[in-house]
Amino acid sequence: MIRLEGLTKTYRSAKGEVTAVDHVSLEVEAGQTCVLLGPSGCGKTTTLRMINRLVAPTSGKVFIGGVDTDTMNPVALRRTIGYVIQQIGLFPNMTVGENVGVVPRLLSWSAERIRKRVQELLAMLALDPAQFYDRYPGELSGGQAQRVGVARALAADPPVLLMDEPFGALDPVNREAIQDEFLRMQQSLRKTVLFVSHDIDEAVKMADRIAIFQSGRLAQYAAPDALLAEPANEFVASFVGSDRTLKRLRRIRVAEIMSPADGAINTHELTVRASDDLRRVAALFLETIADSLPCVDGDGHVIGRVTRAAVASRLGGQVRKRAAQ
Amino acid sequence: METLAFILHNLPAIGERTLEHISIVSVAVGIAIVTGVPLGIAITQSQRTADTVLYLGSIVMTIPSIALFGVLIPLLSKFHQGIGYLPAVIAAMLYAQLPIIRNTYTAIRNVDPALRSAAIGMGMSTRQRLARVEIPIALPLIIAGIRVAVVINIGVTAIAAYIGAGGLGTFISRGISQTDIRQLITGALALGLLAITADYSLLWLQRRAARQMRPKGRPPYGAP
Repeated sequence: MIRLEGLTKTYRSAKGEVTAVDHVSLEVEAGQTCVLLGPSGCGKTTTLRMINRLVAPTSGKVFIGGVDTDTMNPVALRRTIGYVIQQIGLFPNMTVGENVGVVPRLLSWSAERIRKRVQELLAMLALDPAQFYDRYPGELSGGQAQRVGVARALAADPPVLLMDEPFGALDPVNREAIQDEFLRMQQSLRKTVLFVSHDIDEAVKMADRIAIFQSGRLAQYAAPDALLAEPANEFVASFVGSDRTLKRLRRIRVAEIMSPADGAINTHELTVRASDDLRRVAALFLETIADSLPCVDGDGHVIGRVTRAAVASRLGGQVRKRAAQ
Repeated sequence: METLAFILHNLPAIGERTLEHISIVSVAVGIAIVTGVPLGIAITQSQRTADTVLYLGSIVMTIPSIALFGVLIPLLSKFHQGIGYLPAVIAAMLYAQLPIIRNTYTAIRNVDPALRSAAIGMGMSTRQRLARVEIPIALPLIIAGIRVAVVINIGVTAIAAYIGAGGLGTFISRGISQTDIRQLITGALALGLLAITADYSLLWLQRRAARQMRPKGRPPYGAP
C-alpha cells in the first residue's frame, strides 16, 4: 500500500550538509499500522512529512497504492491522506463541526452530506454531536480536542492516515483511553496508518510493524514481538529497554498458547480469558505457585489451559533457536 | 452660549463638513486596506522585503502632514489637482499604510505554525489557507491596525482644510483666520466626537472578531 524507496532528505546548514533521513526503504501493507519509532532528531517526523509532501525529498520515492506520488499534485494528494499532529492544530476560528468538515468542504461535498458525516465521526470518537458540534476548539479539553483532530483526519475517509505523535501531549490516562479507542476503530476502519512515536510502550501497543530509526537510518523494521525478541543491534536493544520480555506480554493473547481442555474449575481457582494478553497470565503466575491456569469462555466453561511451560516456550523460543545456531 | 447658537444655526453646514471629512477618510482608508492588507501578507514571505517595506512606511509616518501637502501641490498641479480632494486623499492614504501593513504582517506572522502545517497537510491551497485560516485568525489585529489608521486620518484630514479639501478642519482654519472662537470650538468638538465614535465602533468590531477565538469570554456550552 505504502512503499518508501531510498527516501533521503539532506538539509544545508551552517555546518554543511546534514542528512536527516538516509535511504529509508520500507513497505506498509494496506490496513496495517506502522509505528515510526526513535529518539528525537532521528528523522521519523521528516520521513512522515515526506509522504504527504510537507517536506520535499532530496531523493527517493514514495508510492501509495502503487502510484508514484511525484506524479501527483501535492494538494490533491494531501486530500487523500488524513493528517494528525501532536499540537492538534484545530482552527480556532471554526467550530468543531466546521473543523471536522474541512476536507469534505475542500472536496465540495454537499452541506447535508458533510453534516451527516461529521455527526457520525463525532459519535464514533465518543463525542456527543449535539453537545460538541457547535463548540469552539478553545472550549475543549486536550483529550476532546485530539479526538476532534482524529475525526477531522478521518472525515473524507482517506485510505491512509499519517499521525505525528498524535497522543504525545495528553496525560497518561487520556492517552490510554484514546489509544484504546483508536485501536477499536482501526479494527473496523482498517486504514493504512503511519504513526510517529518516541514511546516504545505506545509503539508495542499500536503497531503491526515497528520501524526503529537511528540517526536518519532505518535500524530495524519488524513486528513488535520480533523486534522485542531479537533487537537487531545494540541501539535497538537499549531503546526498547532491558524489560523487553515483559513488554512482549502485552501483544501475546492467551488464545495463541493455550492447549485445549475441558472440565470444571476448582473452587477459588483463578481463570483467564482467551482474549486476555499474557500480562494477566504472568501476573497470576507470579502471585501463585500454580503450574497452569484454566481459560474460560463467557459462560464460565473451561475451554483450555495455559501452562508455565507454554509461556516460557512462546517467549524463549526464538532465543533458544538463536543459541542453538 | 454664543457657540451653541452658532452650532444650532449651522447644523446643515456642520453635517455637510462631517460628510466631506468622512468621505476623505473612508476613501483613503479603503484604498489603504485594499493595498496594505495584501502587501502585509505578501511581505511575510521574505524578511528582507518586510524590513524594507516597514522602514519606508515609518519614514512616511515621520513626515509632517503639512509638509506632505506642500510636496503634493506641485506634483499634482501638473494634472490640475494640486489642491482639494485628491491630495487630501493621497496624503491620508499614505499615512494609513503603515499601521495597516504592519499589523497585517505581524498578525499573519503570529499565526501558530502548527495551524499552518495542519492546513497545508489537509490539502488547502495557499489561497484557501489564507482565506479560511490565516486571515480570519489575523482579523482582530488587522482591524486594530485599521482603527489606528482611521484615527490618524481624521487628524490628517483636519489639516487638509488648508489645501481646500473641505471637511471639519474648515471650521478651525476659518476660526483661526477670522479669530472666531465659535467656529474654533465647533470644529474641535465635531472632530473629537468623530474620532471617538470611529475609534469605539472599530474597537467593537475588533472585539467581535476576536471573541470566538477567546473561549474564556464565552459562556460554557449550554449555559443560559
